[in-house]
Amino acid sequence: MLLPSKLTDFTLADARDAVAGKKVSSTELTKAFSKAVTDAKPLNAFVTETPQKALEMAAASDARIAKGEARPLEGLPLAIKDLFCTKGVKTTAGSNILNNFIPPYESTVTQNLWDAGAVMLGKTNMDEFAMGSSNETSYYKPVLSPWRAKNSNAALVPGGSSGGSATAVSANLCLGATGTDTGGSIRQPAAVTGTVGLKPTYGRCSRWGTVAFASSLDQAGPMTRTVRDAAILLRHMASVDPKDSTSVDMPVPDYEATLEKGVKGLRVGIPKEYRIDGAPPEIDALWQKGADWLKAQGAEIVEVSLPHTKYALPAYYIVAPAEASSNLARYDGVRYGHRTQQPIHDITELYEKSRAEGFGAEVRRRILIGTYVLSAGYYDAYYSRAQKIRTLILQDFERAWEACDVLLTPATPGPAFALGEKSNDPVSMYLNDVFTVTVNLAGLPGLAVPAGLTADGLPLGLQIIGKAFDEATVLCAGRSIETAANFTAKPQHWWAA
Amino acid sequence: MSQHASKTIKGETGDWEIVIGMEVHAQVLSKAKLFSGASTEFGAEPNSHVSFVDAAMPGMLPVINRFCVEQAVKTGLGLKAKINNRSVFDRKNYFYPDLPQGYQISQFKDPIVGEGEILLDMKDGETIRVGMEPLHLGQDAGTSLHDQHPDYSFVDLNRSGTALMEIVSKPHMRSSEEAAAFLKKLRAIVRYLGTCDGNMDEGSMRADVNVSVCKAGGYEKFRETGSFKHLGTRCEIKNVNSMRFVQMAVEYEARRQVEIIEGGGTIKQETRLYDSKQNETRSMRSKEEAHDYRYFPDPDLLPLELEQAWVDRIKASLPELPDEKKARFIKDFGISAYDAGVLVGEKELADFYEEMARGVDAKAAANWLNNEVLGRLNRDGLGITQSPVSAAANNAIIRMMGDNTISGKLAKDLLDIVWSEGGDPVQIVEQRGMKQVTDTSAIEKAVDAVIAANPDKVEEIKAKPKLAGWFVGQVMKQTGGKANPAAVNAVLKARLNLPGEG
Repeated sequence: MLLPSKLTDFTLADARDAVAGKKVSSTELTKAFSKAVTDAKPLNAFVTETPQKALEMAAASDARIAKGEARPLEGLPLAIKDLFCTKGVKTTAGSNILNNFIPPYESTVTQNLWDAGAVMLGKTNMDEFAMGSSNETSYYKPVLSPWRAKNSNAALVPGGSSGGSATAVSANLCLGATGTDTGGSIRQPAAVTGTVGLKPTYGRCSRWGTVAFASSLDQAGPMTRTVRDAAILLRHMASVDPKDSTSVDMPVPDYEATLEKGVKGLRVGIPKEYRIDGAPPEIDALWQKGADWLKAQGAEIVEVSLPHTKYALPAYYIVAPAEASSNLARYDGVRYGHRTQQPIHDITELYEKSRAEGFGAEVRRRILIGTYVLSAGYYDAYYSRAQKIRTLILQDFERAWEACDVLLTPATPGPAFALGEKSNDPVSMYLNDVFTVTVNLAGLPGLAVPAGLTADGLPLGLQIIGKAFDEATVLCAGRSIETAANFTAKPQHWWAA
Repeated sequence: MSQHASKTIKGETGDWEIVIGMEVHAQVLSKAKLFSGASTEFGAEPNSHVSFVDAAMPGMLPVINRFCVEQAVKTGLGLKAKINNRSVFDRKNYFYPDLPQGYQISQFKDPIVGEGEILLDMKDGETIRVGMEPLHLGQDAGTSLHDQHPDYSFVDLNRSGTALMEIVSKPHMRSSEEAAAFLKKLRAIVRYLGTCDGNMDEGSMRADVNVSVCKAGGYEKFRETGSFKHLGTRCEIKNVNSMRFVQMAVEYEARRQVEIIEGGGTIKQETRLYDSKQNETRSMRSKEEAHDYRYFPDPDLLPLELEQAWVDRIKASLPELPDEKKARFIKDFGISAYDAGVLVGEKELADFYEEMARGVDAKAAANWLNNEVLGRLNRDGLGITQSPVSAAANNAIIRMMGDNTISGKLAKDLLDIVWSEGGDPVQIVEQRGMKQVTDTSAIEKAVDAVIAANPDKVEEIKAKPKLAGWFVGQVMKQTGGKANPAAVNAVLKARLNLPGEG
């Protein structure tokens, strides 16, 4: 195996083999990524960098490798979305209300990664409480995409909410990153930064120790530069967890082992309702190209119908805020997190001031929406109906599975947009999730794979949706797209001096 | 006072009926909390039994405690209710410092236990059937401490997350006595089952009382039609923490409502606080100020699915409950329904009685327990489990009384001796020569001596045969109380030519 000219150009799989084969030490690798992280400060991808901790973990990994005790991810530096609680390391969820919060516990997902030998570089920036599609709602300032349109220096958003992780992966600041996806927060930023993002089946990864946004939709997943890397990372993030009643006790297969199985004979559904008015022609063209690629590799393309798709986004913007309004009630300034320093006269004022200061505009908007839809007299009209729609959407998918094994759709309705372009127009911002939310509502796995560039040279992705707990097939189909698309574009390295 | 009178209040404009429903919060007897592994021990240092889940740290998730579910199922079975094999936990949302999550996980639309009933045995022998609403299993809040510092309130989360059963009756009680009897019976049932310790002082059982009044006849119309329009507007009285306070609070509140209505006012639906020091209720918040709890199913918990076989196993393992025990006591021991009702009111009392009554006259045992043992326990402020004289020792005393070894009078003296000094009653009777004298010649001698010493009384008794009791007393005195009273009577009758009995 040839070492890349720069250690930070490694894929996770190659770095793993190089470290295990003692061609490079974890310490060398970690130092290279830590320097890349430091050099990339203009991108603002990290809320907290942990270079010291990274070096300690790398040294421990090198010691294990020397003793022949290497674990599957031994010595591989990763970036962790700041929604995962990390013991002794500040965890903000992108919010001012947790700006001083240092968890005394480790989330199950990150613990699984450390148990597999991975190294933590730091905590990545994100939309506040994972509410956003551009990373502009972060209290810690927006993340910038490493990508720029041809002949333009305009700052672009990296998507969201896992925008810091997407930028870190896209700009080679880490080998891979964790993200979380409630309505598209892994797949949308992956698609617009030319990276791979997988939202696993609901229940595949434990939610324990991950700051909750919308409990019935939240799911952790990997963000990587290749489909293979996503397959490797998912295996070591996923687990059943007795501490999470909604995690599911299903064996976690070796996704990497089946990755190259190909798509011969695979029935790929094209849901007609995903052809939306006003979508850029580039999106439709890419979608058609994706179908052609799979067909060329032996897949059977079938048109399917998911008739309730148009209700998904409205239903999502009822269910997610409803759960969020309740999940975020614990941030009250009483036990931890931000507490107002203004004079207060009673407990209500303590709540009001602490929460008004602690939460940003988008979080406040969603708490208000969620509180409204759960209120007496509105519950049946909103929450109850949204849950019924959810059932109908799940039934749509179940019917589709009679005709196909996976679905192919665009990942986003367009490429990355400019910083500030949509931040004053919540509805237009919410539309970013139009192709991704259905998957969360139905609890299914969805994978975003980079598939091409716009005429302006910006990445676009395709999405593979699979049956519950059939991530293996999803990754296989994704790998076929990846091979055919041969997406090798990288952003210009404009941010470092 | 007749039973009927206690169900109505005389007002200026006629009779008013009292209608009462109870809402009891019973802490589940369990070592660990409902959704976390933290301990539920009472009286520990503040905030020493708090897990990250109980403190609602970010990313923490609830996991149901199987034992608490079993306890709720047991309680449901004890209330003769249907167990719902599928139930759902909901979030009840409100802000309070002792509620760290900002919501209480409870049940709302799909509770674990359906409708049941509780039977109340009243003093006059009437049995009242009180319908029960579905039982909800949920978590308790922590406690706020407002009296520790002039400028600060403190929060203790030890209780936060403890399993709680919300046990609510239908408005089927009609007097303060019935309300108190309800609480007593419910407490007995959960204590028999071992699902709640029923300790009202420590707050492991807390009662809210809903009281309304209506014109005479309104309640009966309500029961016929099920329509609440026949009842008055109710007020919920919180913080009623003993049987006695339940009675006092109902009496006060019913009178307050009648006075308002008869004074031309109307009752506002509101929550009121009972102040036991002043014996009054005060307004806490009106219906308009009531919270909108925004209930919705907790997405962190899957619906709770029970297997019928598991429920059946619990059912098969239920202990004998007060109603069944009462029926058995009446049947096996021949005691009155009222006595049986009193005895089964506390499991420990029933157990004590059963042991006491073994092999002796069960009715005599019941009387002995009611009149002698309970009287002395009351006097000394002791509970049945603290009785200085064991059930076995009482059984021995009753046995000796039954076979005429000792008289009733001596039996009481013997009880006092064992009460204060301890020891084996049989040995004490032997050692202190307390055996009853049935030897007729000794009794005749004593009778003759009394007759000889009191010729004036002998004359009197011929006119007034009731004076015989005086002679018996004198003879007993002479014999140190050891003479068999029946034998004394017989000898006296013969000597004085008194008419025979009947």
